[in-house]
Amino acid sequence: MDFELTNRQKQIRMAAREFAEGELVPIGKECESKGEFPREIIKKAAQLGFVGVYIKKDYGGLGLGSLEHSIILEEFWRAEPGLGQVFSQTTFGAQELLLYGSEEQKKKYLPPLVKGDWVMGFAITEPEAGSDAASAVSRAEIVEDEYVINGNKVMISNGTEAKFLLVYCLTHPEEAIKSNRHSILLVETDRPGYKADKIHGKMGLHASDTANVYFNNVKVPKENLVGAEGDGFIQLMKFLDYSRVMIAGDGVGLAQGAMEQAVNYVKKRKQFGKTIASFQVTQFKIAEMATLIETARSITYKACWNLDRGNVDSQLSAMAKWWACQVAVKVVDEALQLHGGYGYLDDYPIERFYRAAKLLELYEGTKEIQKMTIGRRILGIT
Amino acid sequence: MNFDLTDEQKDIIKAAREFAEKEFPDLAQECDREEKSPKQLWEKACGLGFVGVFIPEAYGGPGLGYLEHCLINEEFWRVDPGIAHFILAGTFGSELILLFGTEEQKMKWVPPLVKAKAITGAAITEPDAGSDVSSVRTTAVLDSDEYVINGTKTFITGGTLADFLQVLCLTEPHAKSPHDRFSVITVETDRKGFEATKLKNKLGLRASDTAEISFSDVRVPKENLIGTAGKGFQQFMVFFDHTRLHVCAEAVGLAQGALEQAIVHVRKRQQFGKPLASFQVTQFKIAEMATRIEAGRNLYQKAAWLLDQGRVESHLIAMAKWFTGETAVRVAEEALQLHGGYGFIGDYNIERFYRDSKSVEIYEGTKEIEKMIIARALLGRY
Repeated sequence: MDFELTNRQKQIRMAAREFAEGELVPIGKECESKGEFPREIIKKAAQLGFVGVYIKKDYGGLGLGSLEHSIILEEFWRAEPGLGQVFSQTTFGAQELLLYGSEEQKKKYLPPLVKGDWVMGFAITEPEAGSDAASAVSRAEIVEDEYVINGNKVMISNGTEAKFLLVYCLTHPEEAIKSNRHSILLVETDRPGYKADKIHGKMGLHASDTANVYFNNVKVPKENLVGAEGDGFIQLMKFLDYSRVMIAGDGVGLAQGAMEQAVNYVKKRKQFGKTIASFQVTQFKIAEMATLIETARSITYKACWNLDRGNVDSQLSAMAKWWACQVAVKVVDEALQLHGGYGYLDDYPIERFYRAAKLLELYEGTKEIQKMTIGRRILGIT
Repeated sequence: MNFDLTDEQKDIIKAAREFAEKEFPDLAQECDREEKSPKQLWEKACGLGFVGVFIPEAYGGPGLGYLEHCLINEEFWRVDPGIAHFILAGTFGSELILLFGTEEQKMKWVPPLVKAKAITGAAITEPDAGSDVSSVRTTAVLDSDEYVINGTKTFITGGTLADFLQVLCLTEPHAKSPHDRFSVITVETDRKGFEATKLKNKLGLRASDTAEISFSDVRVPKENLIGTAGKGFQQFMVFFDHTRLHVCAEAVGLAQGALEQAIVHVRKRQQFGKPLASFQVTQFKIAEMATRIEAGRNLYQKAAWLLDQGRVESHLIAMAKWFTGETAVRVAEEALQLHGGYGFIGDYNIERFYRDSKSVEIYEGTKEIEKMIIARALLGRY
């Protein structure tokens, strides 16, 4: 056993923290209030090597692992969740290409992501297919040598900003088993018939782009199939085993940031003639928050470490996702509580952190889906 | 990083599990009901090398780490906490001698513990000094070459079985700091004036002996002082940084055992025409229990690994202690709940596990004390 990060991993953390504190924190509040997509900061981060570090060197990345990617996201989320989310979704879906894409696809589509020239997305959710992904009805039919796609997807990260999306489509509706009916297609967003409507009014994470997207006879060549026809569901599940662990890292970062803000605040704030840190109830809250974060970080790193050794364990990924995101929501709630009324105003960043946190328990598998995954595996229920 | 146990550690787990599963179940219920400590089983466990694995080779042990000691605790507790506690508490207190004793003391006191020739214990708590250790009033007064000890200690594990105890005594009552007033003195239990009374009717861990002990002009030679006179309090705090870790392992083992019992039960038990396991609420409960255990195990293994590297992180150990303790109590409760009325009757082991579990949130630092330690690390002292 060895619970220590390597020196290189520690350096990556330090560098990510410096970047986050130097570049993300100063613009965080403004990005949130304006809801503008910060393309320049993506470019800057990419130049410094923070984007897509897990992408292999052949495709322009650093060839590092999920752990390094997660550490960077953890640091970004610690400093400013709104911008952390921008970076969480910059290469979102690239892991699917690494796992199932053809050599040509990887060569063509991955390097511009790492350079910060493009961002991508993965379009799965539909109005009537959320947790129940196998019910997706966006249709792709082969006409001559092309797929023709019709349907709409909702709540798609980078829907209006992405250069291309991976789209989870129904290609084999006749298959008896629901999980054999879908395929994943790569769709460039400049194709005719593609439309994206940016969603306004999200509770938090305003700087990141979320959109409803529409496919109206969008044609893509057959070569845009990612992986195998009919394997879309299985490929998606494998992808989620990776991406869920990254979300766990986001949760750890958010919780850490929230706790640090609470620690600073309670040491300064005086009530009843003494700092609120001197009250035992405050001390216990801080102790509980810190312990939960410690458990969340340990389980996230363990899951990352397993992924990086090719040990893809759906149960462990689901545990990390559920636990770390629940920790984030609980910790940020307590951290805001410790700020009292000030926490409810946007003078302190904790208000922004609080609004950001809830998404962690919803996307890439709600916490209920994570528990289903864990419970069924342990009990041997399919 | 490396989250894998070594092959040697895996072998230790396997051997400990086999031993516990073979030997404990037949005796567990009887030992609980009759409050009997199975001494022959302790001898057997010593013979097979399960007792005192952290003891260096020079003093008769195999010289493994505290992590390995924890792994054995976990496996034993998974099968029966009461018997496990009795067997493995036999070396409790020897850590003080190893950490602070002289070469002569180590050679004299430690080897018999591994060979089933002696049982030891640590005597700290008094009727009016529990969490508040520095209120201990048992006095030891130097009279030429001997300490003369007077006082009463309570809740002492192994009090009626031990051959010698490490006793925290007030030796420098006039020292300015209350933390500089104590010394650790080894007392043989066959000394005149020593008396031990078994405390009956504990809630749980009834196979393990707990006693009230009294010292009435008990005389021990000066050479029985362990470490430095006046530094007993500090020595015990270092001691707790070790022993709290095996309490974490106890808690995780108990929780794991309870979870496994629940899994077996919910797969068999039919209600409303189908097994309980097929109800989603059951699956979610199992998922939550398993995730907490996973988080708790990671945390204590990290803390134990660091300790074995010579890095004592008191606040991390305190985190592991309260979190795993709470995990044990919660998991045992949910596991009993899943057994329904049968869980309350005592035909199933879960009733005993439920009673046993509460101890780990109390002894070797209540969870409240653990949270105080964590908060001090984060907020400073108030």
